[in-house]
Amino acid sequence: MMKQSKTNKMGELRLMKGNEAFAEAAIRAGVDGYFGYPITPQSEVIEYLMAEKPHERTGMVVLQAESEVASINMLYGGGGSGKKVMTSSSSPGISLMQEGLSYMAGGEVPCVVANVVRGGPGLGDIQPAQSDYFQSVKGGGHGDYRLPVLAPSSVQEMSDFVPIAYELAFRYRTPVLIISDGLIGQMMEKVELFDQMPRLTDEEINELYPWATNGKPKGKKRRVITSLDLDPYKLEKHNFKLQSKYKTIEAEEVRCEIIECEDADYIIIAYGSSARISQKAIQLAREEGLKVGLLRPITLWPFPKKPINELVEKGVKGILSVEMSAGQMVEDVKLAVRERTKVEHFGRYGGVIHSPEEVLEALKNQIIGD
Amino acid sequence: MSEITIKDIIKPENIVYEKTSLMTDKSLSYCPGCGHGTTHRLVMEVLEELGQENDTIGVAPVGCSVLAYEFMNIDMQEAAHGRAPAVATAIKRLWPDKIVFTYQGDGDLAAIGTAETIHACNRGEKIVIVFINNGIYGMTGGQMAPTTLPGMKTSTSPYGRDVNSMGNPLKITELIAQLPGTYYVSRQAVHTPSAVRKAKKAIKKAFQNQLDDKPGLSFVEVVSNCNSGWKMEPVASNVWMEENMFPYYELGDIKLEGNLL
Amino acid sequence: MTEEIIIAGFGGQGVLSMGKIIAYSGIMQNQEVSWFPAYGPEMRGGTANVTVILSDERISSPTLTAYDTAIILNQQSMDKFESTVKPGGILIYDPNGISKHPTRTDINIYTIEGARIAAEMGNTKIFNMVVLGGYLEVKPLVKLDNVIKGLKKSLHERYHKLIPLNEDAINMGMRNVKKTA
Ligand SMILES: Cc1ncc(C[n+]2csc(CCOP(=O)(O)OP(=O)(O)O)c2C)c(N)n1
Ligand code: SF4
Ligand SMILES: [Mg+2]
Repeated sequence: MMKQSKTNKMGELRLMKGNEAFAEAAIRAGVDGYFGYPITPQSEVIEYLMAEKPHERTGMVVLQAESEVASINMLYGGGGSGKKVMTSSSSPGISLMQEGLSYMAGGEVPCVVANVVRGGPGLGDIQPAQSDYFQSVKGGGHGDYRLPVLAPSSVQEMSDFVPIAYELAFRYRTPVLIISDGLIGQMMEKVELFDQMPRLTDEEINELYPWATNGKPKGKKRRVITSLDLDPYKLEKHNFKLQSKYKTIEAEEVRCEIIECEDADYIIIAYGSSARISQKAIQLAREEGLKVGLLRPITLWPFPKKPINELVEKGVKGILSVEMSAGQMVEDVKLAVRERTKVEHFGRYGGVIHSPEEVLEALKNQIIGD
Repeated sequence: MSEITIKDIIKPENIVYEKTSLMTDKSLSYCPGCGHGTTHRLVMEVLEELGQENDTIGVAPVGCSVLAYEFMNIDMQEAAHGRAPAVATAIKRLWPDKIVFTYQGDGDLAAIGTAETIHACNRGEKIVIVFINNGIYGMTGGQMAPTTLPGMKTSTSPYGRDVNSMGNPLKITELIAQLPGTYYVSRQAVHTPSAVRKAKKAIKKAFQNQLDDKPGLSFVEVVSNCNSGWKMEPVASNVWMEENMFPYYELGDIKLEGNLL
Repeated sequence: MTEEIIIAGFGGQGVLSMGKIIAYSGIMQNQEVSWFPAYGPEMRGGTANVTVILSDERISSPTLTAYDTAIILNQQSMDKFESTVKPGGILIYDPNGISKHPTRTDINIYTIEGARIAAEMGNTKIFNMVVLGGYLEVKPLVKLDNVIKGLKKSLHERYHKLIPLNEDAINMGMRNVKKTA
């Protein structure tokens, strides 16, 4: 199910934090501009970029904006002109960006936004959480729209998902979210970096993206990036177009990983760092003779309904949705399962990370029973 | 003497003024007599005269001029309310050889977008900002703006702006002129032919600065009427503007070549 | 093979960098590694800890509640982590500044006088290398030359001249680690 990105790797291994791997991947993916505002636990992204002087490496622009509001609107401008643009932030900052994301969904502006999620609501804390799931997959801002959401669960994926996100962003002319959390952002793992990809030249941009506003081409019609149409019938038509694009994404772009599900009686569904913790929990379960598998959504939207459906049809006896939230993804799991088997949620939240033992305990209590 | 018909008059040799091709044929959505239309035309004339139609990206605001991109026949982006300077910042940074400008009202630039305005000015972004100050929120039906004069009645200051509770009119132009990042700052009007000529010169200077890669942002405020919002006839609104707005918002250059006057 | 380690002490003792060197050494011998520090307010009050995992297989959870090895460098960390060592596991600590010594009998407990040895060697900064040496002696999972390679990777070039000193410190640690009765 996992589609391959078009990157090459020469086996360059490094020990890096998730945030640093993400920043390095941005440079290597040929990103043209990063615009961001510091917030824990992801400030390493802009710090790494500033230290690396990507302008000297690839010509990439890095700018510390005055706020997340400004950052996201810088992405609107840059993405609307056909450049590969990026920002990253954590929960409170991402909330500030929702207006801009809605405008970009409406104006069909590509960009990549990383959310290194922390505990909420409000200022919350700076520890890992997964409580921005609703905001990420249901739209987030105003209006009828969806954004593709990639959920890396390792430092390697923090790097690998950057070029994949840009492929999606430009193929579908949409913002793409990469959502991780403080655990993945702050931890170091071995990463195999992909080779430097060239930034597109201005000529290539003009050829590939005729919609981009970067100066009206001689003898051709000028271009406009806007999300406004005061005529409701025209706006409805524009919405039809967006919806059919979302249908295509739902059909084509589902990604997930299925671990030890062949013989499983019970399934844990978990993404990102919760998937890592749950993987340990299924090891512990199997040591006790319990047949438990893990389904890890890689795209949170589009949600892997079909693979879940297949497991339900194979007759799994129960599903535990494990997330560091009060129960958000579990709603999508229930929609996919449609009452055909038992579905429960387990998770610690507010910045508390559940342990593998707690997950196993919950599985036994809530799903397996006696 | 045979009668002269209109056909005899409309001949190429009689042309004294032509609409710039950088304005589309779409009829303007502005109220008759409103300064927005004139200012649009000036910006487009300047870009045509400077030969920049293929190398310019304009950023429209939210306000009456939200549809500026319908009238300006160049590549345009429509920004969220107040965010045009951020949008323009990125375009200019990523396309440094292109000409980039924003066109914004007072609510857009000096209320909801104050941070974006001040920081783009402070970073010295090499863009042009054209700022239409009509002392009111025209688009949404005449509410108080940060630039509304003391005592001025609007739909949200129905008894007149009480500066004690509603604050004083914000001279954002004087404020940003203080920042080292601004290179040229001027305040103009477009209500008379001579004012239009001066305003055009200022707008042209602003774009010329960008073409010459001058260090910093060029900012032109146009004090304009909003006859609908002010609930006046167009001519009366211009008289009111001269008598009330100009004493508060004095016309003329404020900063030249990076030096405050 | 999977080795799950917690290293805990004061900030400034080189807890995080010791973890980083172990992780880099793992990479040098083709293992999977993870390094997850406590960050933010957890670090207030000057404590620091990091979970390091080395494995021949893909690593599942980077955070844990039970460890094969605990390397403990202050009393607060002793209070917090003594109980988290798996039965049969290893606890290594510097007795310097420890008032309540570990009491478990189902684990193997070692002491390494890191602070004293580093001071005697004339450089308190190599404290964490002495302790690392103690760990490598007790659990020789990573080879010394891979540790040196890891050191090279994790130190900026301008500090490479300090590598021989670090190597000496590791050797001193290896020679001086003691099993408690
Ligand atoms: C986030 C947001 N808040 C409020 C509005 C409503 N709104 C649209 S235009 C406007 C004020 C425009 O005033 P100004 O910038 O002075 O432009 P004018 O119409 O006077 O030219 C407001 C409040 C909006 N579109 N978006
Ligand atoms: S409402 Fe005011 S600003 Fe808007 S078009 Fe009419 S006169 Fe101009
Ligand atoms: Mg106004």
